[in-house]
Amino acid sequence: MYKKTLYDSLKEDIRYQEGLKACINCGTCTAICPAAGVSDYDPREVVDIVQSGSEDDLRKLLSSDTIWRCGECLSCKTRCPRSNTPAYIIQALRALSIESGLFRESHQGRMQRDIMRTMSDHMLEYGYCVYFDGIDTEKFPEQGPVWDWIKENKEKVLERLGCSYKQDRAGSLRAIPKSSLDDLKAIFKETGAMARFKKLEEL
Amino acid sequence: MSNLIVPVKNLEWQKYQKEIANDHYYLARSCIRQNVFPAAEDIFMKILREELGKDIFDDPAQTTCTGIAYHSGLIPFETTMTVVARQFSLMQDAGYENFVCSCVTSFGIYSEVIETWHHFPETLAKTREQLLKSTGRVFEIPKNVVHASDLIFKFREELSKKLKYRLVNKETGKPLKVVDHIGCHYAKIFPEKGIGGAEYPYVLAGLTDEFGGEQVNYPERRHCCGFGFRQYLLKENRGYSVTNSKIKFDSMKPYKPDLIIGNCPGCTFFLDRWQYVIAEMEGITYGEGGFGIPSLTYEEITALLLGYNPWDIGLQVHQVAVEPLLDKIGIEYVKSEKYLGLNGEDIGEPQKPKVLMQ
Repeated sequence: MYKKTLYDSLKEDIRYQEGLKACINCGTCTAICPAAGVSDYDPREVVDIVQSGSEDDLRKLLSSDTIWRCGECLSCKTRCPRSNTPAYIIQALRALSIESGLFRESHQGRMQRDIMRTMSDHMLEYGYCVYFDGIDTEKFPEQGPVWDWIKENKEKVLERLGCSYKQDRAGSLRAIPKSSLDDLKAIFKETGAMARFKKLEEL
Repeated sequence: MSNLIVPVKNLEWQKYQKEIANDHYYLARSCIRQNVFPAAEDIFMKILREELGKDIFDDPAQTTCTGIAYHSGLIPFETTMTVVARQFSLMQDAGYENFVCSCVTSFGIYSEVIETWHHFPETLAKTREQLLKSTGRVFEIPKNVVHASDLIFKFREELSKKLKYRLVNKETGKPLKVVDHIGCHYAKIFPEKGIGGAEYPYVLAGLTDEFGGEQVNYPERRHCCGFGFRQYLLKENRGYSVTNSKIKFDSMKPYKPDLIIGNCPGCTFFLDRWQYVIAEMEGITYGEGGFGIPSLTYEEITALLLGYNPWDIGLQVHQVAVEPLLDKIGIEYVKSEKYLGLNGEDIGEPQKPKVLMQ
């Protein structure tokens, strides 16, 4: 009986289908890439591996830190002379790394759980990707002393700025209605986000 | 009558023109902007309603678009597509057809989802099915999807006539030097969806020109601010973010900019806060006299020039002091009122950074 390969799964992903047309390995993506400038990351090499068709090399890639280095700025999409999008290929590789469980093999892959725990709470509890209550200068020291002042005086500062902080009305930082949060949870369940969160918890 | 921003004679540039609806908008708020520039979106709506007489709807039932989670590899694209579909369904319920996003990441998300539905029609059918099953909702794709900075750009000439101040140095009479920073997802994903495209975006440069400033064309002008989604969210990876912003600061410094203007809430925030970090860690400052270069959003700078009180529009929540900019323009303000609460209540002041001047 034929066993589905990692490549079979990758090719089903529309992000992969859109991302890889025909790479000529010119390296324009690497030249423009902000991640390549600050880490051991080379989108040209990633696309080269994917295009090679080697199942073993693909498995190694999915198990590595490499696929987690991209910053998703999409600068590569603008500049590629052959209309490839390495960042889309990265999206498909990340999804497959989680789905196959290979994310557990790399440090950066395992760190997805930490991001997920924070952001899934913000999204499902508050309805925002990030929410005021969860941001402090211990986790985000770059927020600076002005943020400590805002947090210490949050009701007064946010009222001064006309916000609807935790209020049941329209406006900035409002409490998002329960019916909206229920919709969000139902969508997450229906479309596979909850299943992905569960995978990320299985370290 | 066409809604194109200017009549185009050169066909090569026609693809970089953009249709922007004239009125009646449904606002999709930004998660990041609400947190770090909490007054900005209300100022944007005030400008539209009170200065331009436009109708814009602020829906309490909307949620995150999930863009940051999607670009961090946390959730499937199907989830994002269905959340986007729910936002469109809300817009439909409210009786609107024109969708305006406050967030540049969101603008990229909405554009990407619509393009995907167009190129892969089976995904549109699946999204409809998943939305109906999970929420009982149906939706239509908006007639017009734009970023909020597109609207300020569209009405820049009308706004310019109402300005109390201009981007001009009060003492010298010379234009202020303005760095524009366009969020990557405004036009790098779909150049045809941004005014001027990805290589020569004009959305903020146009405001700069119209409001009397002078564009700074520096080598790293189009470089990413370094958000990087998961790279910023993970503390151990945050060097990615500050390094890329520093590449920009080092590149722009020789041109002595007076102001950075951004259309993406994340970029504007990073270009503010990383100056604080670089000052504290390296002792390097990028403005004059130990100050930083003020980093403002398009609606903040527009409101400021219209004569709004800087402390009413939230400029006190920036970490880089804005006073050098206010003084250069000659904007009237009361320094001692900067950190007051509502009705003038004394609520103390933030601690001063060790290096960066305040």
